[in-house]
Amino acid sequence: MSLTIENAQPVTLKEKNKALIKEVLQVYPEKAAKKREKHLNLYEAGKTDCGVKSNIKSLPGVMTIRGCAYAGSKGVVWGPIKDMIHISHGPVGCGQYSWASRRNYYIGTTGVDTFVTMQFTTDFQEKDIVFGGDKKLAKALEELQELFPLNKGITIQSECPIGLIGDDIEAVAKAKSKDFGGKTIVPVRCEGFRGVSQSLGHHIANDSIRDWVLEKMAGKKEEFVTTPYDVAIIGDYNIGGDAWASRILLEEMGLRVVAQWSGDGSLKELERTPKVKLNILHCYRSMNYISRYMEEKFGIPWVEYNFFGPTKIAESLRKIASFFDDKIKEGAEKVIAKYQPMVDAVIAKYRPRLEGKKVMLFVGGLRPRHVIGAYEDLGMEVIGTGYEFGHNDDYQRTTHYVKDGTLIYDDVTGFEFEKFVEALQPDLVGSGIKEKYVFQKMGFPFRQMHSWDYSGPYHGYDGFAIFARDMDMAINSPVWKMTAAPWKTKQ
Amino acid sequence: MERTEKAKSQNADNVLDHFNLFRQPQYLEMFEKKKCEFENPVPAEEVEKIREWTKSWEYREKNFAREAISINPSKACQPLGAIFAAVGFEGTLPFVHGSQGCVAYFRSHFSRHFKEPSSCVSSSMTEDAAVFGGLNNMIDGLANSFSLYKPKMIAVSTTCMAEVIGDDLNAFIKNARDKGSIPQDFDVPFAHTPSFVGSHITGYDNMMKGILSYFWDGKAGTVPPLERKPVDRINIIGGFDPYTVGNMRELKRMLSLMGVNYLILSDNSDVWDTPTDGTFRMYDGGTKLTEISDAIHSKATVSIQGFCTEKTISYINEKGQQTAVFHCPIGVRATDAFLMEISKLTGKPIPEELEKERGRLVDAIADSNAHIHGKRFALFGDPDMTLGLTGFLLELGAEPIHVLCTNGGKEWEEKAKTLLEASPFGKNGSVYAGKDLWHMRSLLFTEPVDFLIGNTYAKYLERDTGTPLIRIGFPIFDRHHHHRYPIWGYQGGLNVLVWILNKIFDEMDKNTIVPAKSDYSYDIIR
Repeated sequence: MSLTIENAQPVTLKEKNKALIKEVLQVYPEKAAKKREKHLNLYEAGKTDCGVKSNIKSLPGVMTIRGCAYAGSKGVVWGPIKDMIHISHGPVGCGQYSWASRRNYYIGTTGVDTFVTMQFTTDFQEKDIVFGGDKKLAKALEELQELFPLNKGITIQSECPIGLIGDDIEAVAKAKSKDFGGKTIVPVRCEGFRGVSQSLGHHIANDSIRDWVLEKMAGKKEEFVTTPYDVAIIGDYNIGGDAWASRILLEEMGLRVVAQWSGDGSLKELERTPKVKLNILHCYRSMNYISRYMEEKFGIPWVEYNFFGPTKIAESLRKIASFFDDKIKEGAEKVIAKYQPMVDAVIAKYRPRLEGKKVMLFVGGLRPRHVIGAYEDLGMEVIGTGYEFGHNDDYQRTTHYVKDGTLIYDDVTGFEFEKFVEALQPDLVGSGIKEKYVFQKMGFPFRQMHSWDYSGPYHGYDGFAIFARDMDMAINSPVWKMTAAPWKTKQ
Repeated sequence: MERTEKAKSQNADNVLDHFNLFRQPQYLEMFEKKKCEFENPVPAEEVEKIREWTKSWEYREKNFAREAISINPSKACQPLGAIFAAVGFEGTLPFVHGSQGCVAYFRSHFSRHFKEPSSCVSSSMTEDAAVFGGLNNMIDGLANSFSLYKPKMIAVSTTCMAEVIGDDLNAFIKNARDKGSIPQDFDVPFAHTPSFVGSHITGYDNMMKGILSYFWDGKAGTVPPLERKPVDRINIIGGFDPYTVGNMRELKRMLSLMGVNYLILSDNSDVWDTPTDGTFRMYDGGTKLTEISDAIHSKATVSIQGFCTEKTISYINEKGQQTAVFHCPIGVRATDAFLMEISKLTGKPIPEELEKERGRLVDAIADSNAHIHGKRFALFGDPDMTLGLTGFLLELGAEPIHVLCTNGGKEWEEKAKTLLEASPFGKNGSVYAGKDLWHMRSLLFTEPVDFLIGNTYAKYLERDTGTPLIRIGFPIFDRHHHHRYPIWGYQGGLNVLVWILNKIFDEMDKNTIVPAKSDYSYDIIR
């Protein structure tokens, strides 16, 4: 099924990419081709977005890479809050497959005062579907309270059946919260069939923090001494320690990080966030909602930043500092200067090995654009990118990162991604676990850009060194020279 | 990876990643500050008090009194098993009707275990399908899958969403066929696989039965049912097997040595072991579709993991075949029984070569049993595997103390008890059906053992209780390539023996490594 570019010889990159999209679409049934056509394009310099539709239902049967609302809520937003118990409410599978697989690092005594890498489920049976699961949920909450007395709160992460059988988890949450002396118990309506991807799950989870944590705190007196330099990290899930490698820079420049949302985060941190002076937002896609809410409700400004690669880190540190006084601005400069020698050494070591290498990405959240700068710091070029569950505002933001003619693929299907990579022949593919082995079989170096392929952190200056090392080890591994048997290699 | 070098910061010469970076003083200080100032932590002594309490008999009793919450269960849901069964057939694309997130999870789960691509599609049902049903998703989905991925067969299973709203696969697929989504004669077997019934092994059973009954009973009413004409051949069904790559090949080797005429129903040893040679094979190997039809004529079917094939085997029985059922045969006697049954069914003698292999496994056990004899083991896993492992431990002279199976029921419990009661080494053993790994944690604290056998998630038990873990089971995410080694047959027994021994010897060395204190026993010969 190799693709041959049909009309004679397209000369420019744009013509090539256009022909490639056309070629790929021909394989779809007509109805599907029409729909998919809107999600594939190439970036035209000067445009305000990438010319693709997004945040639309995936077509059935095409092998979308997307997940569901439950994954967005339990897996992304809520799961990392370490001192709360997160119940996967419904059948066993969802909680099982997402059990500890996202590497949201945290410090705590698991099973005693923290619970991130545990799988709590109401393990629905047929009778729960038929008669409803509210009684089981109430009992489950009581059992958790008895067996894990140090938990600070409990969230109820709804799986598909909950919304279909008409359970009233809100009533159960309220009743049990009262029984447990006002404990924070959060019902989350993140059933997997809601919305078109993880994205709605992020939104639902954000809203549940608003309604069941922040609003609940509104009337309460909270003893907490604030400073003019208080900030919260929003939208960093501390994968492989990302938030830690970010926090250290913020503290070094003189800021006080009051809360981490949500990697290595705690309930108290969430509750105190309305007291900060500035919310700094890394993953815009998954946590812009709560940032906007805090802006409207508490007047807290928020600023997006990008801690991938020294160019963007320095830019971001200065942008964050611009919200504060000279002390912090000087602090930012000091931090940039402090890490410069290390960054220079990393670039001196790795750039010669990576210069000119081409990369294709397909990831979620902020990464399809945010990591481009880090690759460019190493002399690499991103020639194709796309979002698993991005919205149009993501594609607008992407225009600041990509070059003219870059291939853009929204909610790419397994088929499309394989064909695009086969045609464009990048030196590296960055995507997820489901894609990793497909491309490695095809002989392409690959790094998982969700989990950092079990490495990391990749955020911050400390993370950039690891990022550079990992890209080098992927691309320059001797294994890729052995994929063809020598007796079959063309002379 | 723990190193006790002096503090350093990130550097290009020796890049520090998460293993060492966060142990540097600048980070340790940051963690401490974060905790004290912002996390509102529980006082350390309170944490310690509760941690100690969770080790107690009192806690164990409360823990075992749980009725509603499952904590760290060792089971997955039906469609996972349905996919496992489906990809063992030639050119077969598993298609899961329901919410799309499930499929993302199944594919990730298999890829993390096998380190292989895992191809599967979803009908991507959303809110509107929840209200109106997923018929259109089936119609469009089958058309899209057929066009893009050129399968020879599409095997449809369901998520709990489709089951709760009551979508009818048979009617939907017929409808899609009539609408031209797929050719009239294209094979689309199916199975309803509700996640709120049974576990992944139930899904395996349902899909296997779904595929066989589709081919044997007239392809959902599109052709006349097959008429059985017995031939001298046996069918083999492996069940949900994390070691399928190694096991299937070992099985085929043994059957070939015996000269047996056999058909394997669902052979996924190739699709989950494809080469890195420049080509991505979405499909590779597997049972040929014509062989599925042929299989009705076989004189017998042997299920190697009976709890994965309860419905399938009784269905095959109804068709008039003889059937034989095993439970993940590991070790000498289980392999003996398996080969003798094959010999009985086929009339083929067990060849000298296999007898010699048997002798070699017995030899290996004789050489090493002193290190295993009397050691106390806890183990958990799927019903068949726990029975297989328990049997092997007993013949090694080890003592299975806690045998736990989250997806095991009454029948499993009886079989496990019978197995333990039949051996003097089983007299201290207890059996726990339907329990989870948080129960196991209490067991390991209150009645400690020397070693634990289980999947990757048991590493949390190893961390909490200090019980050394031997990784055998599903999933294994944090060790590579184990699935390439068989655990069945005499060769498989040898592998399991070596895995157990390696851990025992490693522990011996670990416990005797302190100079001038314990290193007199740090022996060079063991």
